[in-house]
Amino acid sequence: MPDAVLTHPDNAEPVEFTRAELGWVPWRAPLPEAEFTKRHYDGLVDRGRAKSPYFALLARDPEVLGARTRTDKDIFYNTDGGLPRAERELAATTVSRLNSCIFCASVHARFAAHHAKAPEDVDALLAGGVATRTSPRWDAVVDAAAALTRTPSAFGPDEIRALRATGLADDEIADLIFAAAFFNWAKRLKLSIGKPTPPTAG
Amino acid sequence: MSDTINRLAGIAPGSHLDQLRNRRAQAKTSAEESFTLLLSPADEGDFPVADRRRVAFFVALLHGDAEAVSFYEALLGEDPLAGGLRNEAERAVAPGPWGRYPVGPLSAEDIQGPALAIPDAAGFEPKLARALEHAHLLVLHPRDASPRALQALLDAGWSTTGVVTLSQLVAFLSFQIRAAIGLRALSRV
Repeated sequence: MPDAVLTHPDNAEPVEFTRAELGWVPWRAPLPEAEFTKRHYDGLVDRGRAKSPYFALLARDPEVLGARTRTDKDIFYNTDGGLPRAERELAATTVSRLNSCIFCASVHARFAAHHAKAPEDVDALLAGGVATRTSPRWDAVVDAAAALTRTPSAFGPDEIRALRATGLADDEIADLIFAAAFFNWAKRLKLSIGKPTPPTAG
Repeated sequence: MSDTINRLAGIAPGSHLDQLRNRRAQAKTSAEESFTLLLSPADEGDFPVADRRRVAFFVALLHGDAEAVSFYEALLGEDPLAGGLRNEAERAVAPGPWGRYPVGPLSAEDIQGPALAIPDAAGFEPKLARALEHAHLLVLHPRDASPRALQALLDAGWSTTGVVTLSQLVAFLSFQIRAAIGLRALSRV
């Protein structure tokens, strides 16, 4: 019998952007938890991620997953100076919105709304897309993340000048570039090996 | 140790931007480690190094960044398929990202665009041809990803682990090339 992808015919895939907690199902079998060795747990970085079908599927190449995850964590969670967490999450939300990743947008819109304490601005971005205007600084961040996400890239001197004009220093701009660039890595995994499921009840 | 993102961005060791990058030392070393694991692995598994570098050259071409194209062309080295890879990268190109949403209110935002279908006459082994088609999907219209697209890889002989590594390779390059483009702009303004 030919090898076949996993289908989830009963899944009602979400069709709108939301800040609600969505689920996600894989199209190929995750590595069963019983088959995890130290090498796989090292790749997960956080052991509890063995329960996540997304990370357990990526754990089939554990060294690459480990390097990916350490890159991710430093870019998003190292708060020793640089861009505020809220704006790193805003960049992630922008990339997710432009690449149409309903699952990733839901996660990072939640984080951006929490850190910025501006849920209405985040909701406006989700509803209206990356051309939505909120405030000069956020607009510059969204424009820069969107320009870097297009292929071929539309990012250049104009984006740098616009960011500086709203007060971003070079260390903040570097953090923004890495947050937006990293999300172009994340999207291409999350969108292509499975799909989101509706918010869990309750 | 040499750093590929700095090299692609034209950042000299010890420069202002190099110092900015060193504030995020774990991200810097882990990105470089990803590059080595994906493009020069100690154990290539069932994804040969030559094919990894062909996919990388193709992905660089799709991004249209001259520095990345030169770098990955050099990494590929003399290869009888290089011309064919260039030809395929010039087909089915449009400004990305495009694609279709699941049917619903967002369908109004759907953007039509071409999928890449490499003919047998192009001379690629089927396994590589399907990998290049999948790379085109991931780079330019990831919104169109589907179980059917993964099934095409399986039907061509890709294992699940191979699919994971291929997806990571294309995804990583989508990051690396953008990081370099961003830093290059920052260094010049």
